[in-house]
Amino acid sequence: MNQLKSNSAEVWITGIGLATSLGEGLEANWDALNARRINVDEKGFAPYIVHPWAPVNLDTQIPKKGDQRQMEAWQRIGTYAAGLALESAGVKDNKEILGRMDMIVAAGGGERDLRVDCNILNLEAKGNSGPGFLNERLMNDLRPTLFLAQLSNLLAGNIAIVHGVTGSSRTFMGEEAAGVDAARIALARIAAGQSDIALIGGSQNGERKDLLVLYEFGGFNLKGKFAPVWTRENDAGFALGSAGAFLVIESKVHAQARGAKPYARLTSVVADLAHRKHPGEVRVSLENLWSKLGKLDSPGAIITGATGAEPVTSEEVAFLREHPDFAVRSTGTMFGHTMETQFPLGIGLAALSISRGSLFPPNDPTGLEVEMSKPPTQIVVVGAGHWRGEGMALVEAVK
Amino acid sequence: MTAPRDKFGRPIVVVTGMGVVTSLGAGKADNWKKLSAGESGIRTITRFPTEGLKTTMAGTVDFVPVEPFSSTDLSERLADIATEEAVAQSALGSKGDFPGPLFLAVAPVEVEWPQRLELGRATGETDIDYDAILRVSGGGQFTQYHRRFQFGSVADHLAGKFGTKGSPISLSTACASGGTAIQLGVEAIRRGEADAALCVATDGSVNPEALVRFSLLSALSTHNDPPQAAVRPFAKNRDGFVMAEGAGALVLESLEAATARGAKILGVLAGCGELADSFHRTRSSPDGKPIIGCVRNALSDAGIGPEEIDYINAHGTGTPENDKMEYLGISTVFGERTGQIPVSSNKSMVGHTLSAAGAVEAVFSLLTLEHQRIPPTINYDVPDPAIPFDVVPNKARDARVTAVMSNSFGFGGQNASLILTREPV
Repeated sequence: MNQLKSNSAEVWITGIGLATSLGEGLEANWDALNARRINVDEKGFAPYIVHPWAPVNLDTQIPKKGDQRQMEAWQRIGTYAAGLALESAGVKDNKEILGRMDMIVAAGGGERDLRVDCNILNLEAKGNSGPGFLNERLMNDLRPTLFLAQLSNLLAGNIAIVHGVTGSSRTFMGEEAAGVDAARIALARIAAGQSDIALIGGSQNGERKDLLVLYEFGGFNLKGKFAPVWTRENDAGFALGSAGAFLVIESKVHAQARGAKPYARLTSVVADLAHRKHPGEVRVSLENLWSKLGKLDSPGAIITGATGAEPVTSEEVAFLREHPDFAVRSTGTMFGHTMETQFPLGIGLAALSISRGSLFPPNDPTGLEVEMSKPPTQIVVVGAGHWRGEGMALVEAVK
Repeated sequence: MTAPRDKFGRPIVVVTGMGVVTSLGAGKADNWKKLSAGESGIRTITRFPTEGLKTTMAGTVDFVPVEPFSSTDLSERLADIATEEAVAQSALGSKGDFPGPLFLAVAPVEVEWPQRLELGRATGETDIDYDAILRVSGGGQFTQYHRRFQFGSVADHLAGKFGTKGSPISLSTACASGGTAIQLGVEAIRRGEADAALCVATDGSVNPEALVRFSLLSALSTHNDPPQAAVRPFAKNRDGFVMAEGAGALVLESLEAATARGAKILGVLAGCGELADSFHRTRSSPDGKPIIGCVRNALSDAGIGPEEIDYINAHGTGTPENDKMEYLGISTVFGERTGQIPVSSNKSMVGHTLSAAGAVEAVFSLLTLEHQRIPPTINYDVPDPAIPFDVVPNKARDARVTAVMSNSFGFGGQNASLILTREPV
């Protein structure tokens, strides 16, 4: 096992699972993108804006109610989308393949029980601060199984339990970069012959006040009225998105042996960490990554997970303007910011666009996004984290 | 001259630097001295009040001050200490310029109670809800908490301080995380992506909510008095694990690169295995198949048979369930030899360092190879007839050790095993 092969294996994307604020499945998401339909909630969390998850019938991918109850929303979203990806790849319930399928999940975690938190804060505010106060409340108020819904690696754990993916289970954390690295490592392992097939992806529930608090510390939340990502320069920030995005990737040889059809080829994934101490570092980092992707033909296309946070978005715009032959699309405008999930989502949409023979239309009043009439054969997926981490992937049509 | 490639044609991965910090102390020397003397680092918790808790002891690292306390801050400090020791020993690169990627096992990060209470107070209200908290969270007065409570913040700090290359990976496979961090480093070197990798695992999780969470899952020992006797791996009167803190760091290099620069080789990472369990969120499959498969994957990755393993550094948490399942897994793979192989649990002394355990115990496994001395399983006074391991009871033992298996298992069906050897196999 883990035999190093002399030639790097070609890797195909053979499964895409999307369950987002725009809907469930490839058709619903494709139709919404083409209709330029965006699903935002400006009222429920006002002044903050979030993209709510489009309701699904959970039973179709998570048949046991007991399993559903053991998860918080972010895990249900992810487990659901993972099931869609396995179905799309034609490996659902294929025990032989699932038993050796590798899995890398990009995860956050920690959905709080807001009621428990607020009760403790209020009791404290009313003078309850004895030495055992916090302990007693936590011992009495926390649901024993809540911890399992908070642990980052339990999204992967739930996917193993519900769908039977058990070859390996790794969870990467670290916001946007986790999604990039999940794809990067899975691709590298398959290309080197260390793995044949992998499930990668992530999920986020954006309808969370505890998550809004975390990003409010840094002033990252979009407030007031929704605006496309490229128009937020003077009112910077992101609207948290809700989405699960999973992909099945495998070696061409493995896919062909089981008669699986590719959506596209995942040619390369590269990542870096600019320390962002000086203006311009992100732009330089993105240019460096661009040069490492492989041969790019222009005109081409870029699907970016640009967040709308500053100064990173302005630096990315400067980078994009250096490549005017590439039609740009922003997933942040259409889906909101889904953090760890944004990069797998971008890869999924790139593969979908290539397989459908068209790039979805622009949705941008600034004119940075332009029409693309010819079928895309190469799409570069870009992810520059709101605070740290830069990554790129090259998705290509299978020749 | 050893061949730079293993029997599968892959670059051989060796260890050229190690660092460790646990409740026993900072550094390999101190830890090894106490570990081989059978000392316990478990103590009564003084960091926060323990009134109302069922478990009042832990393997806290109290000699690293963090004020105001957060588990993420402590994790970062512990990772610093272990990494400094490992990088210094390896003498690889130059200060702040480590020539390879970082793989960091770290506990999931979240806003903690001291900060949450601070936010609550900042609202000035007595009818606090999350909207009130949101109103005071912005405006720049808590900006530092954004960075602090990003999942990637500890890795970002280490990458900056030690100058690792590329995108640092933060990972969690629960209590197998340390093993996974090492496996990622091994794989990167075998792929030829890097000549060196920095693999670090850290955990500073002893805070009230983390303790309560494990307590509510009935996972923790309640043998509070005396705390040193709380962790009783493989003993009949074991009643749970004990939370602990610590960090382990390893500098991995290809044998070729290490030899070329004349580095001292501390050991070989001969094999890694993993396999996920889909049975239950916190329990192992009763047939033991995932553990058995994981152990066999590690042996097969190293290209050796079970007869070549002469010491097992057990996961050995001291929970009734884990120890039973670990015996089932190991006895199935090792068959009749099971009772003859020494199997000891470092956790009997340092407690369960959770995300850090896999790396901490890999360091201890390498020290076992170096000193040819097996650390004991302490607090082993009442053998469990259902687990007839040679647990190296209570006293360290001199032994010829050439190949060690180190196991890590975690919630969420996580299983990881490492094979460490003195020489390439």
